[in-house]
This record gives sequence, structure tokens and C-alpha cells, in this order.
Amino acid sequence: MELCSFLTLDSFITDPLTHDFMRKALLMSSLVAAVCGFLSSYLTLKGWALMGDAVSHSVMPGVVVAYALGLPFSLGAFIFGVGSVALIGFIKQKSRVKEDTVIGLVFTGFFALGIVLVSKIKSNIDLHSILFGSPLGISLSDVKQTIFISLLVVILLSIFRKDLMLYCFDPRHAKTVGINVFFLHYLLLTCLSLAAVVGLQSVGIILVVAMLITPGATAYLLTDKFDNMTVISVLSAIISSLIGIYVSFWFDLETGGSIVLAQTFIFLFAFLFAPRYGIFKLKKLFAGYK
Amino acid sequence: METINYQNFRIEAENICVDYNGKVALYDANLRLKPGQICGLVGMNGAGKTTFFNALTGFVNISKGKIRINGESVRSAQKDQTIAYVPQNEGIDSQFPISVWDVVMMGRYGSMNIFRSPRESDVQAVKDAIERVDLTDHLSTPIGNLSGGQRKRTFLARAIAQRASILLLDEPFAGVDIRTEKLISELFIQFKNEGKTILLSTHDMIHVREFCDLVLLINKTVVAYGETSEVFTPENITTTFGGISPDFLFGPES
Repeated sequence: MELCSFLTLDSFITDPLTHDFMRKALLMSSLVAAVCGFLSSYLTLKGWALMGDAVSHSVMPGVVVAYALGLPFSLGAFIFGVGSVALIGFIKQKSRVKEDTVIGLVFTGFFALGIVLVSKIKSNIDLHSILFGSPLGISLSDVKQTIFISLLVVILLSIFRKDLMLYCFDPRHAKTVGINVFFLHYLLLTCLSLAAVVGLQSVGIILVVAMLITPGATAYLLTDKFDNMTVISVLSAIISSLIGIYVSFWFDLETGGSIVLAQTFIFLFAFLFAPRYGIFKLKKLFAGYK
Repeated sequence: METINYQNFRIEAENICVDYNGKVALYDANLRLKPGQICGLVGMNGAGKTTFFNALTGFVNISKGKIRINGESVRSAQKDQTIAYVPQNEGIDSQFPISVWDVVMMGRYGSMNIFRSPRESDVQAVKDAIERVDLTDHLSTPIGNLSGGQRKRTFLARAIAQRASILLLDEPFAGVDIRTEKLISELFIQFKNEGKTILLSTHDMIHVREFCDLVLLINKTVVAYGETSEVFTPENITTTFGGISPDFLFGPES
């Protein structure tokens, strides 16, 4: 990495594209970001940030067991993701412990189980890549699986886009007019588990929750229209992924962390300068100069 | 669909019980309402008003008893869009990024295809409903930018667009301006003439006297039910509110 090579923006962008692994990483991470960004609008509006954290951590033992048994890791992740939510609901109902405590203890329990299993199973699972992501070292079978899951989630979300919006906004009305709220609840959970699985390849299990909430939160500050929120969320997620990967390439930084950090900076920018909801309300500033 | 048989009841609830994990919220509650009747649902916080609404809409399951809506099950009432629920202002997220138009369109979702793509008739229904609540100037306004009264009218428009024959209104007069209150009372008269049945919960005793033909006083179960002039007595109200004197509730004249 020579300093002179990024004197021009052109080579800053094109040089990494000469590497096969970089092209793959950029494409895959953009896809994953788009999926997580799409879902992110729903999760932030539903108030499921903690749930996203719980599910994304809880998939860990599922991923490990699936790898060990030679099954698709998405299957294991899905079972443990949905299972953790069912367990949270069960413990909450049957005990006097408060919900956020139950969520915290269930997901850390699952996560710990995953770590213990990794140390015991001693297969070719790389703990570091599960925890912190490895978009640069993604294998061909992972690519296929990621594309399949991503398409599945995008199709499901697209079909039930409006129903899910209604479910987040006013589930009681949904139920009253005969819309299957139970189905929508589990649909959203399913998409959450699947998105967590593809997201963890990009940024790892620990940070995947950022992929699921930060783009939505950023978009929420920038618009009052749901459709725009989804578009902004997806775009900001993709842009963050591209920035994160480029920056990590040129400065030799951890890729997952760079992607999430880029998302956080975009959020901070919106937080400060969003036209209507930012601290400095850009619209008003400009109006003052007229 | 709009053939009204005035012999039949719109709502029939017989001895219904609702419990949440063994904790009883409502027991042995009965209610019968005919088309064109307006009934007030009065009780303390936690007396089971919302639970009653939830049971009628099927949002919670009843553990005992029977509910018939237009002579059919709650499930088929849901399929037929028979019941519209107008939530309390506090019951919804006012910061949700959604416009007046989109909220009212949600009233049509139940009768749309799986993608919820509006037909011309849906667009017309939404337009008409918004006009009836006098919000035509706010079609694309996000609900977060509306006043409390305007927001209440948005949800009323959703119920109108749904073309429901039964309206359940949770505290329709709480936190609304005079203009909205007047508009709501005019709508009530129109709904009555259209043969719709209205069940509304309220804390305001004056509204009960003004609008309600019938009143249902509840405190986990039915304390009293009947014509407002007969049932809405200081004694019954005192029992409903756990021994608090009605003087305290309406002032000494009552």
C-alpha cells in the first residue's frame, strides 16, 4: 500500500477492484447491507433493537452446530434465533423477572454456549471470523447461501411490506380487520434471524445488530415517509459497507468494525444536520441566510 | 351487505371472561347492542374497558362465554371488516413516519389483495372518508405534525373508510379541541342514521348523558347496564368507581 496510490480518487476506487476477493467482498457486503437496511426500518419502528441484539447473538450456537454437522449454517441459525425468542417469551410469562433482563440473560446464555461449543468441537470453524466477520475471506458456498437467503428475505419483505408496516404501527387494527398478526410477528422474527445470519459474515456476530438498527435510525431522522425511510436506510447501509471496505483495505483496518463505524458516522451526521430532526436543523440555517 | 335486520343484534356478548395468565381482567360480562345504538362504556382505569374492546375485536381470546357479531363469530367479523377500532391518542406512536392518507388507507387493507394495492374504489373510499372528517388539506401530512384532534379525526376516517358497521372508540373525546368534538358529535348522529352501532369508552360523564342511548358500567364485571336515563344514577356510578361519590366526579348538582 503506497501512499501515492491514493493521491487520485480514481485509483483509490479502482485499485482494489483488481483483486478478486475485493470485488467479491464489495458485492456481498452491499447485498447484505441492503437486506439488513431494508429490515432495519421495521425493527427501529417496532422498537426491536434489543430483540435484534438478542437474536443475532443467539444464532451463534446454531451456526457452530450446523457447521459441525455439515448442515447449512442458516438452518442452525434460524432454529436458535427463533428459539431464543420463544424462550424469552416463555420465561417472561412464567416468572416475575422483567423483560429486558430476560432478553439479556437468554442471549448471553446462548452466546456463551456458542463460544463453548466452538472450543469443544475444534473443527475448522474460525471463532474470529464468526465474532468479527470476514467479508474478505468469504467462500464460494457462503456466497451462494448468502445470495439465496438475501433474495428470500427481500422477497418476503417486499410482498408483506405494507402488512408489516401496519403490524409495526397498529397491530390491533391489523387483527381487527382479519390480518394474521401472529404470522406477521413470526415473519418479522424469521427475517431478523436470516438477516442476522448473512449480516454476521460482513461484520461478525457482535456487531451485526448495528447493521440491523443503525441504518433505520439514520433514515428515521431524515424523513417522515415510510417508503423514503426504507430507501434511505438501504442506501446508507450500502454506502457504509463500501466506505468501510475501502477504508479497511487502504489503511489495513478490521473490515467489520470499519463498516459499522462508517454507519455510526453517517448516523451522527444525520443526528447533527438532519433538515427537520437534526440538532442544527440545516433547513433553518439556510432559511436564515436568505 | 348493508341489509339491516333490526330484529338482530349487532353485538351479543354472553357471560364473557378474559384472563391474562390466570389474572382475571373481566368476568361474566354481558352486552347486547342493536343497529343504530350508541352505548357508553364507563369504568375506572383497569376496570376492563380495553379488555372488553379487545375481546370484541378478537385481539384477546375469551376464556369463557360467547361473542356474536351480527350473528356470526368474531373470526368472520374480522374477515368481513365488521368492526372498526379507533384507538386512544396515547395508544399509537405519533412519531411513526406515516401520512394521513396512508393511515386512512389502512382501513381498506382487509379487503385488498395480498400486496395491499389500492383499487379505484379504495382510493375513492379514502378520499370520501378524509373529506367527512375535514382533513382534505392534510392528505400528505405526517401524523406527527397533526394536533391531537386532527389525529383523532384521522383514525375516525380510517374507521369510515373501512365501512364497518360497528365502531369501538377508546376515549374519543380525550385531548381533542372543540372543533373536533363538534365534528365527532355530528358524525355520531350520521352513524346512528346509517344504522351503525357505536360502543365508546369515556371518563367524561357529560358526554355519556349527551350521546349515549345506553350505558354499560363495569368494574371487572357489569355493574349496571341499560338506558342511560335509568341506569346512569349516582348510586350505580358510585359502585362502579369503587365507592367514590359522584359529587366528586360531576360536581354537587348531580
